[in-house]
Amino acid sequence: MKLEGKKTLWKEYQKEIASDNYFYARSCIRQNFFPASETTFLRVLREELGKTIHEDARHTTCTGIVYHSDLVTIETTMTVIARQFSLMTQSGYLNYVASCITSFGLYTEILDMWEHFPEMEQKAREMLWKATKREFEKPKSLAHASDIIYKFRNEIAAKSKYKLINLNTGQPLKVVEHIGCHYSKMFPHKGIGGAEYPYVLVGMIEAFGGEVVDYPERRHCCGFGFRQYIVKANRGFSIASSRKKFESMTPYKPDFILTNCPGCPYFLDRWQYAISEMEGITYGENGHGIPVLTYEELTGIVLGYNPWDLGLQTHQVAVEPLLDKIGIPYDLSQKYLGSDGEFIGKPEKPSVLKVY
Amino acid sequence: MAKDFGYTISCDRQIDFDKLSRSMYLEVKKAEPSVDACISCGTCAATCTAGQFTDFSLRKFILLLRRGDSLSVIQSIDKCMLCGKCQLVCPMGVNTRGLIYSIQVISRRIECRNRRVVNKM
Amino acid sequence: MKHVLVIGGGVAGMEASVRLSQMGYAVSIVEQSDKLGGKLNRWHSLSPDNSNASDLLGKLKSQIHQGIHKHLNTEVLSVIKNKLHFVVGLSDGTDLKTDAILVSTGFDVFDAQKKEEYGYGIYDNVITSADLEQIFRDEDELKTTSGTAPKRIGIIHCVGSRDEKAGHTYCSQVCCITAVKQAIEIKEHLPDSEVFCFYMDLRMFGRKFEDIYRDAQVKHGIQFIRGRLSEAFENPDGSVMLKAEDTLLGKPLKMNVDKVILMVGMIASAKTKKIKELLNLQIEDDGFYSIADTHYESTKSSVPGIFVAGACTGPKTIENTINDARAAAIQISEYLKQ
Repeated sequence: MKLEGKKTLWKEYQKEIASDNYFYARSCIRQNFFPASETTFLRVLREELGKTIHEDARHTTCTGIVYHSDLVTIETTMTVIARQFSLMTQSGYLNYVASCITSFGLYTEILDMWEHFPEMEQKAREMLWKATKREFEKPKSLAHASDIIYKFRNEIAAKSKYKLINLNTGQPLKVVEHIGCHYSKMFPHKGIGGAEYPYVLVGMIEAFGGEVVDYPERRHCCGFGFRQYIVKANRGFSIASSRKKFESMTPYKPDFILTNCPGCPYFLDRWQYAISEMEGITYGENGHGIPVLTYEELTGIVLGYNPWDLGLQTHQVAVEPLLDKIGIPYDLSQKYLGSDGEFIGKPEKPSVLKVY
Repeated sequence: MAKDFGYTISCDRQIDFDKLSRSMYLEVKKAEPSVDACISCGTCAATCTAGQFTDFSLRKFILLLRRGDSLSVIQSIDKCMLCGKCQLVCPMGVNTRGLIYSIQVISRRIECRNRRVVNKM
Repeated sequence: MKHVLVIGGGVAGMEASVRLSQMGYAVSIVEQSDKLGGKLNRWHSLSPDNSNASDLLGKLKSQIHQGIHKHLNTEVLSVIKNKLHFVVGLSDGTDLKTDAILVSTGFDVFDAQKKEEYGYGIYDNVITSADLEQIFRDEDELKTTSGTAPKRIGIIHCVGSRDEKAGHTYCSQVCCITAVKQAIEIKEHLPDSEVFCFYMDLRMFGRKFEDIYRDAQVKHGIQFIRGRLSEAFENPDGSVMLKAEDTLLGKPLKMNVDKVILMVGMIASAKTKKIKELLNLQIEDDGFYSIADTHYESTKSSVPGIFVAGACTGPKTIENTINDARAAAIQISEYLKQ
């Protein structure tokens, strides 16, 4: 593979990312799936990078989940999004940052639609006014939260306590990356590096000292697809999609999978458990799975944050083998204790997948 | 014991070319070399008596053999009544009747081979 | 003696120059590169007779006599139209007075890197039809980057053609037959290899084209899969995984090949865009020059005194390009006699 060819393409897919003063909108599902990721993002921005980032407790879902499950109309979606923008306007911000890939995709889609059909924007303004007496400005810049980490990847790397290097071999860790479909497949120019060879996560992995492994089914969807998972009868198709990816990446022996979407890390993590229970197959080393990280978790790891503060104990695939490789200490007796020191419960032991 | 979560992992519909064997096509081609001229126009399948009432399609069977899915062909090849109309309409001069006959013969040979393997077990 | 300026010294420009000179006109050719012949310089063999491109080039060149004035490595800088003639400024310092202009600015080969998902310039074993001609021309063998003979080769039709995303919705005409020609050549060089052509439609419009296609299947065992390549990926061993739908079976298909050849189409040349501005010519949505009448005046441009020939008015075979050049010569002669 010729890296030069990729670099040429990457140059064509750069976008302006605001350097400070962000309005942050959380994801509906990430706080349950990977509970510490968003907190870590805010901590990194505020404490490590000294940025101003504002949240508004009144913000709601972007409607992404129901929109992609065909349960709401586009009018509802764009009015809800208009309301999010009005919260941003009201708090005096212009730079909108979405934690969720599907939200980011949906905001991009709505802004694009308004550009092509100004009457729809007018309609959104009217509906928002009727419903809430609110008004809004469109964001000056729209970014996904992974874009922000990407932008400051070198500053973060400079502050990092750990590099993505295998302590035993001295070699860079091998990382496969998986981009959420709605990051750039719909609007390639809105994603760092475009849609075919996205650079947003690659840039982080490189900056943090790891080695990116490109594998044949990299572009394949993780299989979440909303209704494909939500409707139980469709789950076979969801899990088969993840399996296709695992089978394709396994020969490269990746040390972990890095993701930037709410759904992908969840499915890539949990389906490894389900596949192991249904078929007895595991994809990592010695009966383990391949650890799956969010980019905030990865950032927290290299910055030396306590793994249990990063929520790594909520993963189905054990992350400890990866921590061992990097040389990050962890206290197993603290693993299932909450921030207040209280026992948070312990998952049932899988029958095949090895855990700590 | 495999756990039952209430769903199964879907089978892959994708033709994985590298995992399939084209040996039956090569056998068929040896018996009836004109099969190579087929361009999948479908005239044979349109005129076929069997095709009106069953899934018989010579066009499709040739393709299945070329991709390596012999089983589907073996299961359906006997639905042909060897009337010969397909040969009359083929624009590429494929000896379709001879071709079907060859596929039938080779299918039986393969079935016998498989049965012998089963008997041994 | 009336004078005709020919802009572009490829096949159309050369042939038209010779014919116009035979008719008794003074002819000058302006060519941006250092030699005449255009894309023919980079091609190995031609369909449907597998003749050598260099033989044809030699034939065309042999007729370019001393009387035809060549301006190589030269650009047209300015054109001013008077009542009776054009005054043309060239980059070599020459100022020409000419009675008619023939534009034969040809085509550019589609830049395969624009089809990002096919990995040209990224995956080691992805090359274009033009690259393959160069390999054959240099009498090299087709090899993988690790130096082995490829066991399986995938030929991809319509790269940059019939593709709105690539900006070219038209058919480039020659790629289908070139694919079949190259597939046969590969089989002749590497008889043990398997060759697969991935196509949307096979457009075998020319005389003998269909026969060659049949030979490809029957004599050479080349296989045709109706389905357009959706994306390619490099495997750890450098082979390339192709994903297409086998549309005749209605199923997605993946196949690993050792080498991929992209059949790059013809697009309007960068020169065409430049000359259009200088001469106030019209181009159509496809980027090629407009012509006065599709059937009857295919070499007349929208400006009196300016004519067009060859692939600058749309993709053409060499046969049609040469005929076009001769037609242009006749049309120019009629114009100059008025």
